[in-house]
Amino acid sequence: MAFDLFLLEVVISGLMTGVMYSLVALGFVLIFKASGVFNFAQGVLALFAALALYDFLAEDGWFFAVFGFTLPVWLAIPATALIMIFLAWVIERAVLRFLVKQEEIILFMATIGLAFVLEGLGDLLFGSDVKPLDIGIPQGASDLLLDNFNLYVEKLEIVAAATAAVLVTALAIFFQKTRVGRALRAVADDHQAALSVGISLNKIWVIVWSVSGIVALVAGIMWGSKSGVQFSLSLIALKALPVLILGGFTSVPGAIVGGLIIGVGEKLAEVYVGPLVGGAIENWFAYVLALGFLLFRPQGLFGERIIERV
Amino acid sequence: MNLRKLTGVAVAAVLALPMFASHANAYELVIPTLDYRTGPYAPNGIPLANAYSDYINLLNERDGGIEGVKIKHVDCETGYNTKKGVECYENIKNTAPSRALAIQPFSTGITYQLIPKSAVDEIPIFSMGYGRTSAANGKVFPWVFNFPATYWSQATALVQYIADQEGGMASLKGKKIYLVYHNSAYGKEPIRTLEALAEKYGFEYRGLPVDHPGQEQKATWLQIRKERPDWVLMWGWGVMNQVAIKEAASIRFPMDRFIGVWWSGSENDVLPAGEAADGYLSGAFHAAGGDFALHDDIRKYVYDKGMGAGDRDRIGEVLYNRGLVAVMWTVEAIRNAMKIHGTKEVTPAMVRDGFESLEVDEARLAELGLKDFTYGIKITCENHEGPGRVAVQQWDAKAKKWSMVSKFYEPLREITAPLIEADSMAYAKENNVTPRTCS
Repeated sequence: MAFDLFLLEVVISGLMTGVMYSLVALGFVLIFKASGVFNFAQGVLALFAALALYDFLAEDGWFFAVFGFTLPVWLAIPATALIMIFLAWVIERAVLRFLVKQEEIILFMATIGLAFVLEGLGDLLFGSDVKPLDIGIPQGASDLLLDNFNLYVEKLEIVAAATAAVLVTALAIFFQKTRVGRALRAVADDHQAALSVGISLNKIWVIVWSVSGIVALVAGIMWGSKSGVQFSLSLIALKALPVLILGGFTSVPGAIVGGLIIGVGEKLAEVYVGPLVGGAIENWFAYVLALGFLLFRPQGLFGERIIERV
Repeated sequence: MNLRKLTGVAVAAVLALPMFASHANAYELVIPTLDYRTGPYAPNGIPLANAYSDYINLLNERDGGIEGVKIKHVDCETGYNTKKGVECYENIKNTAPSRALAIQPFSTGITYQLIPKSAVDEIPIFSMGYGRTSAANGKVFPWVFNFPATYWSQATALVQYIADQEGGMASLKGKKIYLVYHNSAYGKEPIRTLEALAEKYGFEYRGLPVDHPGQEQKATWLQIRKERPDWVLMWGWGVMNQVAIKEAASIRFPMDRFIGVWWSGSENDVLPAGEAADGYLSGAFHAAGGDFALHDDIRKYVYDKGMGAGDRDRIGEVLYNRGLVAVMWTVEAIRNAMKIHGTKEVTPAMVRDGFESLEVDEARLAELGLKDFTYGIKITCENHEGPGRVAVQQWDAKAKKWSMVSKFYEPLREITAPLIEADSMAYAKENNVTPRTCS
């Protein structure tokens, strides 16, 4: 394989992997943008969504045990989305509404607790076995590119990239063009001011956690299709952190661009620098890259500039 | 009843009390397990733990325990976390009445931490097919047993299998054999053996580490695609295995040239990849499948009574059978300890003796309902690894079944023995251990 073609493969794979990270990072951004809360449970939400989806599809799940049939994919996905919306409502009712006037760090701590509760609940309801998730997304290398150009690109990742593009467009429309989206932005800019004009914070939280839950479902589908649905899925949140540091915690485009930069950066580092230092550097190199950006732009590439006047 | 008679009855009752008390507190054999039913490695920890639990329930139900003495099963959840594993060990080691008779850590990381503790607490560690390879040297590690084979023996067996496919050991010269490994104490275990083998047989070796948990391995497999090794070995665990098999299939790496360690060869590892995993190979020291007489007994005495730890239809999966063989050998060591010490109230120190002179041959395996399940073992004072034989099994994705596709290879002791000697002596020096004599 020619060197430049290999480099191209590394870059493309990095971009595609970056999109997969972005799908997770988007969920963080949505909640942080609307409430200033860093949702530690975002990775677990992706896991929970994937577990619930699998349950609707498989004959060894609760749904089949109760109703005696499974749902087709086109129905299982909206059904899981409804579960995530219901979960958002429960989270708001049981946790967030009691913490409205608390410091952000308290809300952050609450999401840590939530992560453990959801993980335990997922284990209790769905079991810890590896669940092969097949919703018809093509897997393996793209034969067209591999056979004709000797270029290796994963079909699943192409689907993930297309899905991310649709998702970002939908989110942009939602935030810019809808009334609810404008209310979300108002709450993000100033809670007090938003409350004073009659925007219900509790309602906004349910909406934003619902949207974030649906984004988590998309991330759960992609990662679950890649490795099977299993509890290590919740750890993908760790891959989203450098993306957020780099792209900014409040920017949807930042989550995408940050993901792409982290994806390419870590792959290039692993392939070209890794062999010189014993390998397995991509995980921490992503953080090095993010911290490097942090030194020059603390708010991230697309984050809102922090100006504090005394 | 006059006062004298009443006093007599009262005295008799008081004197008889210890008899009843001793009956109520009858001696029990404490077999603890360090389980991981939660966390990212739970899918693999659950079948291991289920098998342990089922076998103990079977013995208690069918035989009244071991030689009629009930087994007390104590489990502790580690989440496959070394720190939690050590806490578990500390919590359960002195469980009454017998204390922990043997510890099966089911984690190389936890095993490494418990090795020095076991010598102080005088509790045998049975790290079956994992842990510190050089613990095979019984002169330096009298409290640790890692039979029936170590990672180093397995590395030599897998290279012999490769040589057989290539046309003999001489054909290895110039070949490229890569290792994709979990970047942990466990994953790094075979490296020095493979380096020694590469030097001796002239093949090119390269290690490619994958960080925990191994959900993202694109860079690793791009390098494999670029450099096109002839064979890839894998020392993986958990999600790393599933992702690696999928990635290998994606880059069209031939599955029949991709061999996992025996911890990378269970149904959990291949099923998520579907048809793409067809032909994938892994090391093995026991059979897969639930058709052995022992499995029938477990169904009859445990699951039919509603006491099964897991799903009935998952009896016989590779990791279930792995747990079963581990607890079977532990129980046989306890039985052996009873025999050699002439008591049923054995202690951990006696069980250590039981391990050290353990012999479970094919005839005994047949008695246990495990005919042709694995090979016979014989442990000695010097050799805690036992036979060290390893075969290769292959996954048939259509039939969803593992089948043995090779003979059991004898380890290349000329490679492993000097390494074991060097590593164990280095440990002895670092820890001021005086090797004992075994004559």
